[in-house]
Amino acid sequence: MSVVTQASAASARDAAPEREWRPPSYWPFVIPALVVVLAVIIFPWVFTIWMSLNEWKVGSPITFVGLANYLRLPADPRFVEAVEHTLLYTALSVLLPLVFGTLAAIVFHQKFAARGFLRGIFIMPMMATPVAIALVWTMMFHPQLGVLNYLLSLVGLPPQLWVFNPTTVIPSLVLVETWQWTPLVMLIVLGGLAAIPTEPYESAQIDGANFWQVFRFITLPLIMPFLFIAGMIRMIDAVKSFDIIFAITQGGPGSASETINVYLYSVAFVYYDLGYGSAIAVVFFLLIIALAALLLYLRKRMLWTTELGAGA
Amino acid sequence: MSHHLISRRQMLAGTAAAGAVGLTGFPAYAEVNWKKYAGTTLEVILAKGPRGDNLQKYIKEFTELTGIQVESEQIPEQQQRQKAVIELASGKPSFDVIHLSYHVQKRQFEKAGWLADISGYMKDPTLTAPDLVESDFSAAGLEYAKNDKGQMLSLPWSVDYFILYYNKELFQKKGVAVPKTLDEMVTAAEKLTDTKAGIYGFVGRGLRNANMTLWTNFYLDYGGEFLDDKGNILTDGPEAIAATKLYQALLTKVAPPGVAGFNWMESMASFTQGRSAMWIDGVGWAPPLEDPAASRVVGKVGYTVVPAGPKGQYSATYGDGIGIAAASKNKEAAYLLCQWVVSKKQGARLLQAGGGVPFRNSILNDPEVQQGVKMPKEWLQSVIDSAKISKLGLPVVIPVAEFRDIVGAAITSTLSGADPATELKKAHEQFRPILERSEKA
Repeated sequence: MSVVTQASAASARDAAPEREWRPPSYWPFVIPALVVVLAVIIFPWVFTIWMSLNEWKVGSPITFVGLANYLRLPADPRFVEAVEHTLLYTALSVLLPLVFGTLAAIVFHQKFAARGFLRGIFIMPMMATPVAIALVWTMMFHPQLGVLNYLLSLVGLPPQLWVFNPTTVIPSLVLVETWQWTPLVMLIVLGGLAAIPTEPYESAQIDGANFWQVFRFITLPLIMPFLFIAGMIRMIDAVKSFDIIFAITQGGPGSASETINVYLYSVAFVYYDLGYGSAIAVVFFLLIIALAALLLYLRKRMLWTTELGAGA
Repeated sequence: MSHHLISRRQMLAGTAAAGAVGLTGFPAYAEVNWKKYAGTTLEVILAKGPRGDNLQKYIKEFTELTGIQVESEQIPEQQQRQKAVIELASGKPSFDVIHLSYHVQKRQFEKAGWLADISGYMKDPTLTAPDLVESDFSAAGLEYAKNDKGQMLSLPWSVDYFILYYNKELFQKKGVAVPKTLDEMVTAAEKLTDTKAGIYGFVGRGLRNANMTLWTNFYLDYGGEFLDDKGNILTDGPEAIAATKLYQALLTKVAPPGVAGFNWMESMASFTQGRSAMWIDGVGWAPPLEDPAASRVVGKVGYTVVPAGPKGQYSATYGDGIGIAAASKNKEAAYLLCQWVVSKKQGARLLQAGGGVPFRNSILNDPEVQQGVKMPKEWLQSVIDSAKISKLGLPVVIPVAEFRDIVGAAITSTLSGADPATELKKAHEQFRPILERSEKA
């Protein structure tokens, strides 16, 4: 729109008799960015959608099949299960880091000795390479030789199978994810806490509010926007999570921890079924957008109610 | 200049040989001209493991023999397969020579036409040494290397038989005899299991996909066949259900906890720690089991063939080959390399180090080669005996990976109590359309 108005304004100015119309001079400067966007964003997407409309197997001729690849999805039990696993995995690995990260932020917001040093220690998991920590956790999860079962035995609990049992595998993987990403949430929330003014706390003190009431009615609403940001980042990361799951279980035992991403990898690069894999990728992308939109919508509603609450 | 020198020398050699022909009657012109492709550089893509090591360790000898430079890289098996397929599909692979896994890639490579036909080279006496003949390869090797039309598309390199490893010390302690049948094996495993001491009678692959190689050995012993004449998959029949029940019983009752997530590596860890009394897996694990730095059971390991089932005794067989990319511009030079890789000298080295078993009978049955084997004699005997009962361990179809994943997941799920018949039926309902789609396309 603005381009059009600028162009018409320019032509009006150039209406002077001796000056003929020239194309706007900014065009050449836009081209590099345009080329990059086309090459790395638009083209891959159009090509993926094109592939998803074809029966495209490495080593076989390519045939156009329309929406057949998409119609296979609901009838494919592995895909349906993968969607369920992804949603469960995502829900847990968004909620747990949010809860623990908020608690940690509140703790680290207090003033105590060696706070900076301890904060540094606390955010170390975030800096480690996921595949490396996955290998370490794999060893710790080992039912016979792992340290986790030894720790359980110290407090008198029976040994667990961790990632080697279909019912406990997802919670066990979420444990790793939580361990690694709680510090990120902590950092974001800590930033939020630092920005809260002190006046509400002072008036709460005068009104005789206890710790829980202060947290529930002052701190939590004020850090809510930060929690939403953290939740959004965590959600996008958790949905796409691949490295930890692949390195620890490869989607097993059986297919009990196979998320969409892990299944997508198998279809495209182990079964070489690029057409079907692309269809999964497209649906997966839509799912991520839908989840992000849902969070944005919730955030808007929440902000409105907090403003209303503040006004009342 | 040097080119002239060589040809002059060849002329001289030729003249001398011509004289020899007159005397002995041997066709001396049939000598392999190893130096013909001197100066060529070959690229080789290898799967990581003892076969790749064996090639890289002695490659200088090949360069000395032929004047051909070889650049090779070893990549972990799974990634090597993916990289190779993607490059071959692009039509311009970065390599001339490829190390392939027959049990996974045979049909896929044949159908896509990615490998060069080497049948002609094998008949050419200036390219092929007289001792390299088709009949020297075992039946399994030829089945793997040849396509439907009988063309050789690769040279069979190393075969992998499934054998039974057992811990002699644990067997003696409980007074248990080495099992001859699968039923005896179950009874033995029950006796050997002592959960309080953390010792289990049996260990093997439980992880989805990997587990299929063990399961199919049971399946074969129960009389199972993979495909019927029309190419329909048969692995949900009564033999499959019986084999799955055995697998389920072994891995849930007498195997270490968490075995559903075990691949060969975890199984081997349990066995080398003396925590498991029996282990069925590929023949190539003797070196780590006999390595004092990695194993607590050095000198205590027994090696024997996989016990017999009610319908026969088989050793599930898998294998590697070495082939030439159809898109390579140096096919003859590449062929010389492939030939050297499966040569008697290299094969003997591989066998003697325990890193693999050559497909060539002339190597395996050579007493002198056998003498030099560094592994226990029992191990070698188990290899020789397994060769006699060898049978391909996976269906030869294109979607092998899907087969292993889908049926493997069903079999793993029986370890947490699911019913074998139901799970197999469900898995095959899922697999059949995939098989049809890829074979008919």
